[in-house]
Amino acid sequence: MTSAEPALPQIDAEERARRKAARFERIGKWTLPVIALALGLLLWDRIVVWNQIPHYILPRPGLVLETLIEDWAILFEALLVTLQITLMALAVAVLGGVGLAVLFTQSRLIEMSFYPYAVILQVTPIVAIAPLIFIYVDNRLAGLLLCAWLVAFFPVLSNTTLGLNSADHNLRDLFRIYGATRWQKLRYLQLPSALPYFLGGLRIAGGLSLIGAVVAEYVAGTGGLKSGLAFRILEAGYRLNIPRMFAALILIAVTGVVIFAGLSFLSHMLLRKWHESALKREG
Amino acid sequence: MTVAIAPTGQRPEVLRMQAVGKTFGGTVEALRDMSLTVGQGDFISLLGPSGCGKSTALRLIADLIRPTAGAIRWAGGQNPGDLGVVFQEPTLMPWATVAQNVWLPFRLRGKSFPAVRDEVRAALRLVGLEAFHDSYPRELSGGMKMRVSIARAMVTRPRLILMDEPFAALDEITRFKLNNDLLTLKQRIGCTVIFVTHSVFESVFLSDRIVVMAARPGRVIRELAVDAPYPRDDAFRTSSEYAAHCRAATAALHTAMGEAA
Repeated sequence: MTSAEPALPQIDAEERARRKAARFERIGKWTLPVIALALGLLLWDRIVVWNQIPHYILPRPGLVLETLIEDWAILFEALLVTLQITLMALAVAVLGGVGLAVLFTQSRLIEMSFYPYAVILQVTPIVAIAPLIFIYVDNRLAGLLLCAWLVAFFPVLSNTTLGLNSADHNLRDLFRIYGATRWQKLRYLQLPSALPYFLGGLRIAGGLSLIGAVVAEYVAGTGGLKSGLAFRILEAGYRLNIPRMFAALILIAVTGVVIFAGLSFLSHMLLRKWHESALKREG
Repeated sequence: MTVAIAPTGQRPEVLRMQAVGKTFGGTVEALRDMSLTVGQGDFISLLGPSGCGKSTALRLIADLIRPTAGAIRWAGGQNPGDLGVVFQEPTLMPWATVAQNVWLPFRLRGKSFPAVRDEVRAALRLVGLEAFHDSYPRELSGGMKMRVSIARAMVTRPRLILMDEPFAALDEITRFKLNNDLLTLKQRIGCTVIFVTHSVFESVFLSDRIVVMAARPGRVIRELAVDAPYPRDDAFRTSSEYAAHCRAATAALHTAMGEAA
C-alpha cells in the first residue's frame, strides 16, 4: 500500500491525519449517537433489574416499547390531535408573524407602537398566561391554538423583520432610482431577502408550536375535544401507568424531530439554488 | 475608421449641475459649488481621492439625496427611467437568474418578461453573456457579475449611466478587459456615462472629459479634455498621447491632494 503507488501525489502525514479525521467525522456522525443510545438503554435496563425497581416507578426500556405497540391505537389518536393543533398553530404563527413583520416594516408608527408588546408576550411564560386564556376563550380548540401561537409566532416575527430590513443597500437605492412602488420593493426585494431569515425562524417556530400545543393541553385538560398526547401523559401519571408516560413522551420527541427535519428540508429546497447556507451542504 | 466626436459644447445637453453643494448634518461639507454640464455621448470621469465628493455627486444626480445648494436640471425634465446605475459591487439579486436581474428595470415599470425578452437578450449579448441567461449570480466570476450589472444599467437605453468605481474590486487583467469592452459598448449604443474612479489610467483611457476633484470640502479642481479619438484600443494604452494625458491628470490630482492637505 505504501510502495505500490509511486505515481500518486505524495500524501504527507498531515494530509493522512486530515483524511482520517474526515472519515471519523463522516462515520461517527451516525454511529456514535446510535452507540450512545444503545449503551444508555442497556444501562437503564440493568439499573432497573439490579435494583429491582418496580415498573410503576421506572419501567424497563423493553416494557416501554411493548406499551408503545400495545397502546398504539390510543396513543396514535392522541398524537393526531396534538399534531393537528401543532400544525394549525404553526400555520397561524407563520401568517401572524410574517403579516406583523410586513406591517412593521411598512409603518414605523405601528412598529414603534406594538413591537414592545410582541416582546412582552414572548417573554411571559405561556404556563402563566394559559389558565387566563382558558377562562376567557370558550372554544377549547381556539384556546389551544392561541396558546401555541403565542409561543410560536415570535421567532417568525423577529426573524422576518430582520430579513425584510436587511435587503442590500445598493439594491434599495437601485429600486428607488427606478421609481419602484412600495409594493414592488416589498415583493421583489424585501420578501426574497427575508426568505432565508424567515425559514430560520420557521424551524424554531415548528418546535415551539409543538411545545405550545402540549403545554396548553396540560393547562386546559380535556373537555369536549378528543385528547392529545399531553392529556394521555397526565392521565397515565394519575394511574401510575409509567410505561405509557414514557411511550407518549417518545412520540412527542419523535414528532418534534420530524417537524424540525421536515422544515429543514423545506428550507434547503427553497434556498438550494442561491443561498450560501444551502450551497455548503451541497458542496 | 474613427468616429469624430463633437466637442462637448456642441452636443445636445442632457443634464446640468449648477453650483451644487451638499452638507451633511449641517457640518460635514461633502460637496461645494460643483457645476457640470453633461452632453449627449459624453464619457466623463470624476477623478479624485477618497472623500472628494465623487460618490456624493453621483447620489445627487441619481436623486437619492437632495442638494443643500444649487440645482440639477435635466434637459426636458426627468423620468425615473432616464438613469442606469452600476455600483462598486455587482449588486445583483442572488435569488434571481441573470436574465431576471437584467429584466429588473423593465419589471419595475410594469413590463412583463415576454414583452422585453428581446431587449434583455440583446443587452446580455452586448456584454457577452448570452449563454448565461439562466445562470444564477453565484455561478459567475466577479468580472461576469459586473457585466451583468452593466447589462442591467443599459438595457433600457437610459439617457445617462452612472458608474461608481465599478471595476475597483476587480483584478487588473479583468479590469483592462472590461475597460476595453465598456468603450466598445459605448461605441455601439452611444450611451452617456459619468464614471467615478480613483485611477488616473482608467479615467484617461475611458473618458473624453476628466473632472479632477479635491477633498475637504469636496470640490472640482480642474476639468481636463482627453481629445484622443474613439475607438481606443490597447495601442492607445502605450501611446505617448496617453502618457501625456496621464501626466496631466496626475499633476492635477497632485494639486488636488496638495490643496486638500
